[in-house]
Amino acid sequence: MNVFRAALYKELLLQWRTRARVLSVVVFGATALLLMSFAIGPDAGALRLHAGGFLWLALLLSSTLTLEASLEAETEQQALEGLLLLPVPPTILFYAKAVANTLQLALLGAVLVPVAIVLYGAETARPLALFGLLVLGAAGLAAPGTLYATMTARARAKQTLLPLLLFPLVVPVLIAATKASSLLILGDPMRQLAAWLTLLGGFCGIYWTLCGLMFGLIVED
Amino acid sequence: MILPRLASPNLAFALVALGVLLLLAGSYYGLFVSPQERYMGDVQRIMYVHVPSAWNAMLLFTLAMGCALAYLWRGGWGWDAHHEALLEGAAVLSFLLCVQGSIWAKPTWGVWWDWDPRLTTTAVMLLALLGILALRSAVDDPEKRATWSAVATIIAFVDVPIVYFSVRWWNSLHQMQSSPETVSAPFIVPLRLNAFGVLALMGGLALLRARVAARRTAKELGPALPPMPAGAALEA
Repeated sequence: MNVFRAALYKELLLQWRTRARVLSVVVFGATALLLMSFAIGPDAGALRLHAGGFLWLALLLSSTLTLEASLEAETEQQALEGLLLLPVPPTILFYAKAVANTLQLALLGAVLVPVAIVLYGAETARPLALFGLLVLGAAGLAAPGTLYATMTARARAKQTLLPLLLFPLVVPVLIAATKASSLLILGDPMRQLAAWLTLLGGFCGIYWTLCGLMFGLIVED
Repeated sequence: MILPRLASPNLAFALVALGVLLLLAGSYYGLFVSPQERYMGDVQRIMYVHVPSAWNAMLLFTLAMGCALAYLWRGGWGWDAHHEALLEGAAVLSFLLCVQGSIWAKPTWGVWWDWDPRLTTTAVMLLALLGILALRSAVDDPEKRATWSAVATIIAFVDVPIVYFSVRWWNSLHQMQSSPETVSAPFIVPLRLNAFGVLALMGGLALLRARVAARRTAKELGPALPPMPAGAALEA
């Protein structure tokens, strides 16, 4: 547990020291949110109806920048190879990085929610539930995203490769998180929220386990 | 590197020839012998290539996943070569499946595309397969390429049922899938002929493509090291 804490501390410290880049990701996400409203037009009702989808699309697009950046420092001067020389199982390194990425994406989502409220009138009566959903959705993006970013950071054409691999995989996250967000914003008279959260939780459970098992294979080559 | 032991090209060519013959027979039966379907008319005949494409796309992806697991578990460049060939075969069939589905959907449903679970899952599967093939083309080191793409294949394969059920909850319109149990006897013959035809054709092509992949990897890895002379280890 101490090893995991140290690895997580290292990831969070790294993110704190590159906070200027985080700001640019926030601006990117807010810009994406603004641009999506132009696709619908100035219809307040329609904008509110699609606010959940816009929020998660903006978060998904921004996530590729965050995930890429989290691995950039590891590829410089073969830092990852240096980390692997430490007496730490690669699985611990993966989970530390994935937890740090989850936190960063959830915080990014939390910053984008007020923007969505201002632009689309996407208020919710259950802000805590929405934040919980942001954490769960961010976890669904972060586990496969961290694994794929570790591969693509050391491949050619990494900017296009990460979205190519990640986007088809996280379709269930996008569907479930969008539906759940819309239910929180527009109301849930049929009590469907729990089903979508279960799907999201199931996806997270499967991919946090699978990616943790696979991480060792892709770094120890 | 020594070339891995692969199936004889004669077997591959025989499978391709068998596949072509079965497809010709199945297509003739499906177009000229099989009766016209009562409600959809001639449009229904696309089922004779659509359903076999669907079965074989999923089969090839499953076999690719098996090769990926075998490579990670046991190693061996033969598994990697077959993995690459099967991924490409599955991608081709998934693409054909989407195209055939759209051609059938326009006169039947009135739209080229519908967000039905199977159609959407096939599109997602196609994109996932193209992503893995793009990853393979972007990595120069053969060992990294084989390991990373094997991991990506396993991860994408696990995703297929999750995508299917999430899209099914989200929206559904597709009719129940066709199988020999759900269609009447005159429709079964061309369906079966074409299913085995596509299987034999894609199997033969995959075996040939695996040979190309194995030769490329052998070239990348360079010649095998000469055997150590007897007693060299003791002298050292």
